[in-house]
Amino acid sequence: MQTRLTINGTTQTREVAPATLLVELLRDDLALTGTHIGCDTSQCGACNVLIDGESVKSCTILAVQVDGKAIVTIEGLANGDTLHPMQAAFKEAHGLQCGFCTPGMVMAGIEIVRRHGPDVDAETIAHDLEGNLCRCTGYMNIIKAIQAGAREMGATAHA
Amino acid sequence: MRDFAYARPATIADAAAAFSGGGEAAFIAGGHTLLPAIKSRLRMPDTLVDLAGVAGLTGIRVDGDRLWIGALTTHAVVATDATIAASIPGLTGMALLIGDPQVRNRGTLGGVIANNDPAADYPAALLALDAIVETDRGTYAADDYFQGMFSTALADGEIVKAVGFRVPLASGYAKFRHPASRYAIVGVYVARFADAVRVAVTGAGPGVFRWTDAEAALAADFSVAAVAGVVLDDGDLNTDIHASAEFRAHLTGVMLAKAIAEAA
Repeated sequence: MQTRLTINGTTQTREVAPATLLVELLRDDLALTGTHIGCDTSQCGACNVLIDGESVKSCTILAVQVDGKAIVTIEGLANGDTLHPMQAAFKEAHGLQCGFCTPGMVMAGIEIVRRHGPDVDAETIAHDLEGNLCRCTGYMNIIKAIQAGAREMGATAHA
Repeated sequence: MRDFAYARPATIADAAAAFSGGGEAAFIAGGHTLLPAIKSRLRMPDTLVDLAGVAGLTGIRVDGDRLWIGALTTHAVVATDATIAASIPGLTGMALLIGDPQVRNRGTLGGVIANNDPAADYPAALLALDAIVETDRGTYAADDYFQGMFSTALADGEIVKAVGFRVPLASGYAKFRHPASRYAIVGVYVARFADAVRVAVTGAGPGVFRWTDAEAALAADFSVAAVAGVVLDDGDLNTDIHASAEFRAHLTGVMLAKAIAEAA
């Protein structure tokens, strides 16, 4: 079955079996392996991508369900060699250890800014990360990174 | 996943036709219950009929004493919609307790109540808010709609179109969440109307139910103190690895007190 979708700004038409998950299309067909499969049970958030701007667990949506929609994966955030502010903040604040959960955390961070704005407080960030699991860091630096990234996204938007 | 056919109809009639001609067919809305069920082979449909493109399944409006919410409305929309917050703020609070932000971006009202998980949140809201479920074939009172674990009044292939919640004077929901699944170990929705109080409990038993003893006590005096001595019989409650029936009975009282405080 055909599905036509825009991935990181490029419109593509792909032939997929209906049971293909979006994350399988991204990783196996399009070699966009930055989106990770952690739990495969819609709990860990490692597979978060943006669909029409909203973060969604790509292990729990079919590729055919996103027909006509715009997908942004972790590979689509940077502008050339310039990291997205949220990516740069994770690097600066050391918001990761092993890095496995990081792509989903970055997407969740962008979602938090979309819903709460760039001045979001740490408590809200901690609460809204309930759908993302990190097994390394204990979240403190992740929360710091998202807060710093949010501020920078606000500053960039107003520049 | 085992493969299946997939249909993307644009109308209710086409959706019904795709379902009836689809062998062992299932409707998919947000898919956040159905897809995990398919992955674990609890469900093995031949055909998925996607309702996302079907006209007439969205929209939020107040009509008389009812707030109508389209079946395909996501939890994220319910959590942020100004019309809902103005008419039944208890629903706003309930929606914010479902799953996590990513799940709320996909999961839908219609999907939840068609599935009727015994620990889902919406069934308690519908039952307490004396809701009407509108389908492509008719309407059901919430009291008749929910029929125990994963069981509803829906016939095979029947499509939920919208839910009409009766706007209360006040309402609130409190939930003790399972920390991993975020389903309710116990959730209690309480709604106060001019002529009655309704209390609905999810998570505690094999399906959502009304706690009539608590309703009677609250009808006389809508306060936490009024239900201090009201104890839920644990005879029909669930015991599992998370909590015993006895614990759930006690927790139901605790959640009721919190829900009353929310509604105050």
